[in-house]
Amino acid sequence: MLETKDILETINMIDNENLDVRTITMGISLLDCLDEDIDKACTKVYDKIMRSAKDLVKTGEEIESEYGIPIINKRISVTPIGMVAAPCQSKNVVRFAHALDKAAKELGVNFIGGYSALVQKGFASGDYALMESIPQALSETDFVCSSVNIGSTKAGINMDAVKMMGKIVKQTAEITADRNCIGAAKLVVFCNAPEDNPFMAGAFHGVGEADTVINVGVSGPGVVRAALAKNGAGKDITEIADMVKKTAFKITRMGQLVAKEASKRLCVPFGIVDLSLAPTPAVGDSVAYILEEMGLEVCGCHGTTAALALLNDAVKKGGVMASSHVGGLSGAFIPVSEDAGMIAAAKSGHLDITKLESMTAVCSVGLDMIVVPGDISAETISAIIADEAAIGMVNTKTTAVRLIPAIGKKPGDMLEFGGLLGSGPVMPVREGSPAVFINRGGRIPAPLQALKN
Amino acid sequence: MKAIITVIGKDTVGILAKVSDACAQTNVNIVEVTQSVLQDMFAMIMLVEIDKASVGFEELRARLNEVGETTNTKIHIMHEDIFNSMHKI
Repeated sequence: MLETKDILETINMIDNENLDVRTITMGISLLDCLDEDIDKACTKVYDKIMRSAKDLVKTGEEIESEYGIPIINKRISVTPIGMVAAPCQSKNVVRFAHALDKAAKELGVNFIGGYSALVQKGFASGDYALMESIPQALSETDFVCSSVNIGSTKAGINMDAVKMMGKIVKQTAEITADRNCIGAAKLVVFCNAPEDNPFMAGAFHGVGEADTVINVGVSGPGVVRAALAKNGAGKDITEIADMVKKTAFKITRMGQLVAKEASKRLCVPFGIVDLSLAPTPAVGDSVAYILEEMGLEVCGCHGTTAALALLNDAVKKGGVMASSHVGGLSGAFIPVSEDAGMIAAAKSGHLDITKLESMTAVCSVGLDMIVVPGDISAETISAIIADEAAIGMVNTKTTAVRLIPAIGKKPGDMLEFGGLLGSGPVMPVREGSPAVFINRGGRIPAPLQALKN
Repeated sequence: MKAIITVIGKDTVGILAKVSDACAQTNVNIVEVTQSVLQDMFAMIMLVEIDKASVGFEELRARLNEVGETTNTKIHIMHEDIFNSMHKI
């Protein structure tokens, strides 16, 4: 029989340390829904999603109940709509967003991702119209999430798209200003976007994926922090790394079990487990607190990047043996507004956007859920996107930018989203205009790192 | 399917009896029991067979929760595999 202490450890992780499966995400290919007639295409998209995911929420809830593991979100990702919309030649792409939103609401899922375009090397038919429609789509729907991939190590950075996304992020915030600029929280700009990511707002179903697939994102910053708090005193860094690895292993095994079980019950192939430490605003469920538990007085002080690099690597090493297929973003997330420790550090001025930028060089995502002043220029947003994409491109890793320009607010004010999105202080950005650089357009050539053949 | 029932709380008279009684009433077979009392904290773990249970999983959980309320303990019932996967390679 199992050891008593092991059983009690699991129960304690769930009851007191916020252990959960963050999301079961069903990826659905829409490549068989293409049609020149936009009405027919939207109907096909809606029908396919309703057919494929009809049991997703029910099955998630059943697994949650039998295994006693909270499964916080049930989500759907679809083929980038930029491709699905290509044959329609219609300016009215936003109708696809409404079809996705309707399906999401009727199925009871939390989010649906894939209102996306992949333009790292250039714009294909459909991409441009989709990108222009993003502000309207995000303001008129509740559950649709959007992402645009503007760069990759293989292709370089599409600076025309970077320029455009600066404007789109700003417009999306402006058009939803009466709802705490929520639109911008559902829009991610990527470099090296993964095609099997289960996490929002950046999830989409890549074209190399199976027709339908189940991806699972685990979580558990609270569990890692508690393990370090219990046993970490006086230990050296090697021992700290081992502790993180062992904890990540256990967390991921649970994710693997849930993924396999969901895949079996839904008769949908298992894709990947995403080994991510995804924080929530709940006290104790914070990545920043793990870094502080390692011995930093406050997240953002010197040493933060090294501590985060260690954490990110140990999470991957622990998780990779626990799962048969690992993918997505896999690593530590640092979304400022969703992490109680990051919120506190940003409020007290210890964590600023430049420190966050260096942290993104060693963690799994990028500048995530950062609230910036409402009067920020579109060019400055573009330049932040370009900086972040450059880090991703050169280091062959995913980076992303999810900025929320807080319309009408200035540094020091707070923007409250509530729920899992949390709240964030408006953080100042650096002075000086990058406008001439951004307005040049063109492409940053792929770096030498791309030439591996 | 096998499940694990855990009962954690302050030690009082009759906890084991009441949990066992709830199992018997629902035709849940108790395969193994371990219990420990550390100072006055009571922790009991039961491995049970629930394939022939006369009620569904949710109903069983609700009945155990009622026992938890009357005995002032916290009772969980979870599929055995969650523990196997986390603690055995």
